[in-house]
Amino acid sequence: MTQVFFYLISAVVIAGALGVVLVRNVVYAALLLIMSLMGVAGIYILLSVEFLALVQVLVYGGAVTVLVLFALMLTRTGELKEKLDGEQKPLAAVAAIALLGTFLAMIMQTAWPRDVNQLTVVPFTDIGDALFNRWAVPFEIASGVLLVALIGAVVIAMQEEGER
Amino acid sequence: MRAPMPDLLLTLALHLEEVLVLGAGLFALGLYLALSKRNAVGVLMGVELMLNAVNVTLLAFSRFVVSPRPLDGQVFAVFVITVAAAEAAVALALAVAVYKHRETVNIDELDMLRW
Repeated sequence: MTQVFFYLISAVVIAGALGVVLVRNVVYAALLLIMSLMGVAGIYILLSVEFLALVQVLVYGGAVTVLVLFALMLTRTGELKEKLDGEQKPLAAVAAIALLGTFLAMIMQTAWPRDVNQLTVVPFTDIGDALFNRWAVPFEIASGVLLVALIGAVVIAMQEEGER
Repeated sequence: MRAPMPDLLLTLALHLEEVLVLGAGLFALGLYLALSKRNAVGVLMGVELMLNAVNVTLLAFSRFVVSPRPLDGQVFAVFVITVAAAEAAVALALAVAVYKHRETVNIDELDMLRW
């Protein structure tokens, strides 16, 4: 049963990503990106990491895709006529396929641990405990990174009158 | 720190390899997207896909490999998501700023830094 769901959600994830690659309209590509990222949230639930699934829905379903859609709106790139892919497209395809082949070969050749059965449901309190006790300093640094990135984004995107 | 509840062991029929193959496929698609698109926002979508593929792989390992502290993988994934969000904000602000100056976000026309 779990496996059926896993294959279904994996198909959604890969189909969404393929759609982002193939679709000609950039706004549709952004919407397909949402589909793919929400599928990833489903994979997290199947792996029983519910907290990360929630974070994924909030951050990617809410924040990042809205950012992407706003950027598309502000840069007006919805035109269908212009060429979407650069001249480096064949090279990009070769690089991606070579990387995929390497990954798949490595995954197939390695003997992964079997029947470990470590899939316990971890209560949220334990994750909060780990975040705020053991990893408190990296957590604070991460919040600093977010603050700097937000202020930086505002400063970069803001433009004074007569600057052009 | 409380120990994870041992009575709630899930008998999942998932295998580590399947999740890893999904992560590898997602990463390859994201790489192709980031390398082939002309639109800077499209490139950013590719980078987001790659970061998600890395997170899928990371969480798969954190769930399937026995470790003395099983929660560290999830904490690490939280940090990856944080950095991805910061990167998206800065990169999209850059795209908007570049568009204001050059009227385009096609990365093959933006060669001001080329020698």
